Amino acid sequence: MIHNATAAPAKWRLKQPSIIPGFGLTLGFSLAYLSLIILIPVAGLLWRTAGLGWSGFFAVLTDKRTLDALYISFGTAFVAALVNVVFGVVVAWVLTRYNFPGRRLIDAIVDLPFALPTAVAGIALAALYAPNGWVGSLFMPFRIAFTPLGIVVALVFIGLPFVVRTVQPVMEELDREVEEAAATLGANRFQTISQVILPGLTPAILTGFALAFARGVGEYGSVIFIAGNIPYVSEIAPLLIVIRLEEFNYAGATAIATIMLIISFAMLFVINLIQAWNRRRYGNV
Amino acid sequence: MEVTINNIRKEFERFPALNDVSLKIASGELIALLGPSGSGKTTLLRLIAGLDFPTSGKIFFGDQDASHHSVQERNVGFVFQHYALFRHMTVAENIGFGLKVRPAGSRPPKAEIRRRVFDLLEMVQLGGLDKRYPNQLSGGQRQRVALARAMAIEPRILLLDEPFGALDAKVRKELRRWLREFHDRTGHTTIFVTHDQEEALELADRVVVMSQGRIEQVGSADDVYDRPGSPFVFSFIGESSQLPVEVKGGNTLFQGQPIGIAETGDGAGELFFRPEDVTLIDAPDALFGKVTACRRLAGTRIAEIDIANHGHAPYHVEIEVPLHTPIELGSEARFRPTRWKVFRR
Repeated sequence: MIHNATAAPAKWRLKQPSIIPGFGLTLGFSLAYLSLIILIPVAGLLWRTAGLGWSGFFAVLTDKRTLDALYISFGTAFVAALVNVVFGVVVAWVLTRYNFPGRRLIDAIVDLPFALPTAVAGIALAALYAPNGWVGSLFMPFRIAFTPLGIVVALVFIGLPFVVRTVQPVMEELDREVEEAAATLGANRFQTISQVILPGLTPAILTGFALAFARGVGEYGSVIFIAGNIPYVSEIAPLLIVIRLEEFNYAGATAIATIMLIISFAMLFVINLIQAWNRRRYGNV
Repeated sequence: MEVTINNIRKEFERFPALNDVSLKIASGELIALLGPSGSGKTTLLRLIAGLDFPTSGKIFFGDQDASHHSVQERNVGFVFQHYALFRHMTVAENIGFGLKVRPAGSRPPKAEIRRRVFDLLEMVQLGGLDKRYPNQLSGGQRQRVALARAMAIEPRILLLDEPFGALDAKVRKELRRWLREFHDRTGHTTIFVTHDQEEALELADRVVVMSQGRIEQVGSADDVYDRPGSPFVFSFIGESSQLPVEVKGGNTLFQGQPIGIAETGDGAGELFFRPEDVTLIDAPDALFGKVTACRRLAGTRIAEIDIANHGHAPYHVEIEVPLHTPIELGSEARFRPTRWKVFRR
């Protein structure tokens, strides 16, 4: 009897390695690296949390202070990422479409939030947006700093380069002919942008959004200076984790971290699914 | 729709891409703009479409001066070399786009758009592919979608920029024939750009040969092939050889010797002739040279001949030799053009 391997295909198998050598080496390195940097710390986190047991975990999860902190962390990160999508696309548009004196300088400034110590950014922003600051005084009696709005301001600052740097290269490679085609078909500028250009940028914008959002959820340094850190009002989850640590409540801290991890992972996973679906439909974007 | 182009000049940063170009295109004509790259043919097409604006000169659609009309106002169908399909839209959405973006007053109702899209899909023989995305189509199919999309807006003229340039030879031939039929059926004034002379000669009613921002010659395929108006046209279209000659007393002299070609008007010039317009002849007043290579070309045979040039690199000419005539490499061949043209210097 002849056993035909191809007749009964396996459920899944490794992708055929290419003729370029080093598949085993690079895969091994990647796994080792990921384990050391990400998987082992995450496993440790889960291990610590498990020490609480289900009831302890639920007690932390349903604690109003935890819930509020999570709500503020994810809510402000979400809003800031949305703001950044608008700002970031506009900035990328200006940088790719127009040539003006100082363009390269602005291009470089976009990366500043990457390099600047986040605490510096937080202190600067807090000073600016405080009720007696330059910008903050303009908005009185409406307060920006030391409210969730202040957190959004800090996260917009932190997240901007993520959107610009993911959208910009895709925008640069947009085919001018497609815009011209839309124009010959009678579309005006607004229709061309909203129906032709932006849909083409959607995957890049979505990636930029995901990155800015993820960065915002985890941001600590800049936020604590501008947030005011009032429990139940403007206290972010990462700060609550630090507070629990300072109380030597390690299990409580890891529990909050685990919840954050699960929510973040779920959201990023969904965004990746959308991306994969996009790619399947429109070809490689 | 008749198109008239009057003394168009187009400069890109002081460099003239088009230099005083005038052209009249009759309604319903199929015109090819033919030329090497950099000859200005695509620039001219884009000016007609309104994707670029001339530095000076005017473009008329019928009697209407369209020079300052925007591309949207001109209502032209434009097909791009690389299709420029909207890849996030299905085939049907692509074709219907031009109707969908019309202002509310002149926009047909949804059902009407749908019906027109399906009619166009049938017309370009892509029925049933309406729900596909562009990346799920072959190159030839994409180009037909692009054509259907351009036709959907009921354009006054149809402009095609190297429409078959990105396709493989077989598909290109099919689409070429198909476009001719399509044109004959719809009767649109059609202008297409190509650098492929075979395509231009086979497809177009009239060919506009361009070089270095100027129109060299306008004429039917027979005109530009049989009666080239300039040295450029003679050498660009079809195969040809050229030799420096001098006309004196009704005779044509090559290297001071008569070669049996009668010409009037004395002076130096360039003799042009095609390989097929040559006869082998055993006479003293003829061209002669050494056969250096011989190659079979479908139903005929081409001999490459080097004519000695007193210490300089030899002149290289190609002549057609009937299959039944024996020819030996290294032997001397004597021949005389039967049809030729001398362009005066």
